Amino acid sequence: MPVYIARKLAFFLLAVFAASVLIFLLIRGAGGNVAAVILGKDATAEAINALSRQYGLDRPLPVQYFDWIGNLFRGDLGRSFRTNEPVTDLVVSRLSISIPLCLSGLVLGLLIAIPAGTYSALNSDKPVGALIALLSQVGIAVPVFWAGILLSLLFGVRLGWLPTGGWTNWDSNFWGAVRSLVLPVISLGLILGASLTRYVRSAVLDVMNQDYVRTARATGMTRMQALLRVGLRNAALPIATVVGLQIAELIGGTVIIETVFSLPGLSRMILANVAAREVIVVQSTVMLIIVFVMLVNLIVDLLYGVLDPRVRLTR
Amino acid sequence: MSVPNAIEVVDLVVGVDELSAVRGVSFAVPARGRMGLVGESGSGKSMTAMALMGLLPPGWQARGRVLHDGVDLLTLSDKALSSRRGRTISMVFQDPMSSLNPVRRVGDQIADVIHRHMGVTRRAAHAQAIDLMTQMNLPRPEQLARAFPHQISGGQKQRIMIAMALACYPQLIIADEPTTALDVTVQKQVLRLLNAATRERNSALLMITHDLPVIAAMCDTVAVMYAGRIVEHGPVQKVFRTPRHHYTRGLLDSQPTMDNIALDGSSRLHSIPGMVPPLHALPSGCAFHPRCPAATDRCRTSMPEIDATGAACWHPVPVAAPAEAAS
Repeated sequence: MPVYIARKLAFFLLAVFAASVLIFLLIRGAGGNVAAVILGKDATAEAINALSRQYGLDRPLPVQYFDWIGNLFRGDLGRSFRTNEPVTDLVVSRLSISIPLCLSGLVLGLLIAIPAGTYSALNSDKPVGALIALLSQVGIAVPVFWAGILLSLLFGVRLGWLPTGGWTNWDSNFWGAVRSLVLPVISLGLILGASLTRYVRSAVLDVMNQDYVRTARATGMTRMQALLRVGLRNAALPIATVVGLQIAELIGGTVIIETVFSLPGLSRMILANVAAREVIVVQSTVMLIIVFVMLVNLIVDLLYGVLDPRVRLTR
Repeated sequence: MSVPNAIEVVDLVVGVDELSAVRGVSFAVPARGRMGLVGESGSGKSMTAMALMGLLPPGWQARGRVLHDGVDLLTLSDKALSSRRGRTISMVFQDPMSSLNPVRRVGDQIADVIHRHMGVTRRAAHAQAIDLMTQMNLPRPEQLARAFPHQISGGQKQRIMIAMALACYPQLIIADEPTTALDVTVQKQVLRLLNAATRERNSALLMITHDLPVIAAMCDTVAVMYAGRIVEHGPVQKVFRTPRHHYTRGLLDSQPTMDNIALDGSSRLHSIPGMVPPLHALPSGCAFHPRCPAATDRCRTSMPEIDATGAACWHPVPVAAPAEAAS
């Protein structure tokens, strides 16, 4: 196990480094001169040079890169060109929306997918199993923004139970903040749950046909015990892998859902900064999201080692 | 009845929808007895075993009676059956490679069975598991108990499976081709172990195999299955020395021995012409008639039952012409 952890950790650090270099070069390569990109096509040469000097954009690339990375490690994500605000402060308040949104969506998705997928697998020869599989297909086909709009129409506009959008701060009105998040979380969770249901279903179907489940039954486990103690334990391996892969998709979903529900989250901030050509802010926040996705996948890998002795002991 | 039966099967029919894989099978294994069930793939012998265990695939149904320990197993709920599986009736499967839970230590898997059925603490169950592993001739049992299935050999896995099946001193063990997936060199060891261990525990054994010498060495009686029916049934010595059904005789004649095998092409090894019929196209009358050398019109139209000869055949093989005994 220690060797396995060390390997995965080394791989994680290497991947983060590679991603940071890639992001840095992509931003530099995309628009040519960063200062020119920021100032737009009408800017004068003097203005561009002045901005380049002010932000050190005229230095050699490796110096700029290590300066950026060094600042990231110190928690300094740079400053906005326009407002001169430190990005870090902005990001922290935005994360207080995006992280609960993302994690609650994930948890809800799993809470939907694991029972629904399992139930559908166990009843695969009955109409109810087929119905769940069909609903899951429908859920996969529905775009997350559409789900958000429909939910908002029903619970926000028609019934008036929950806000259709907007945000109150956690500190000023905790329950108001929770209420603002309910519909976005349900939208994300439903859509994620729909696609995960399909994976859970096929994982459980596969596992329940394995000889070792038959052995479990032959040694006295009821169908339910064999499912819960042997089946799901083994099905957890492929499911964990898929959850890791779905994280990136989930974050893509938050960009859309934050827009639909007018939540001032991190994803919307990136979108706004792209539009405003805040190159350095975009570079830092995208890096932050990449690290988050990789971290989740690192956790999934480590979990895999815990769940599967074959992984832990042979690699 | 002087000797109670470990299991008695009466008119067992196993099928899915309109198809039947087992078509009216009756036999009994006396307590501490050992019976062999022989047949080619598709003869219904594995389906018979799964029906006895109550572990048929989804959609499959069993009719008839399976009397065991004073109850008809076919009438029990899954829960009631579960409390018997692994305790009074247990099974050793064909493929030990895939039959153990890959994410649980093998010692724990044995201990689980003991803990589930014997009402002992986890610690006691674990101690008993180590004990059992010692009796299964497994090397360094304490250490091996902590291994996961992928870390041990096929022969060791099958010994673990046998330990699990024997753990609660069952009245009957069903072994379905227990050595087919193993190396030839360990097959004999595992069979010897299964033989000795079931005798020590006074468990009856139902040995399912297509390997006739194994039956000859281990069993008292043998039933030969063909196309879902028992076509011949009797003491091993009698059936193998003087087979009365032409299918049994064909099986015995197709056993390779040093005498009938030759590498120069002049092999005298016999084979039964034709193939086992598929379930959806069973021949009328005696299902074996298209492949039988002695078939007549009567065989085509009416199905024979087992009679005093021990065979279900209208024209049994004459006793005067004994086939070569299985080696």
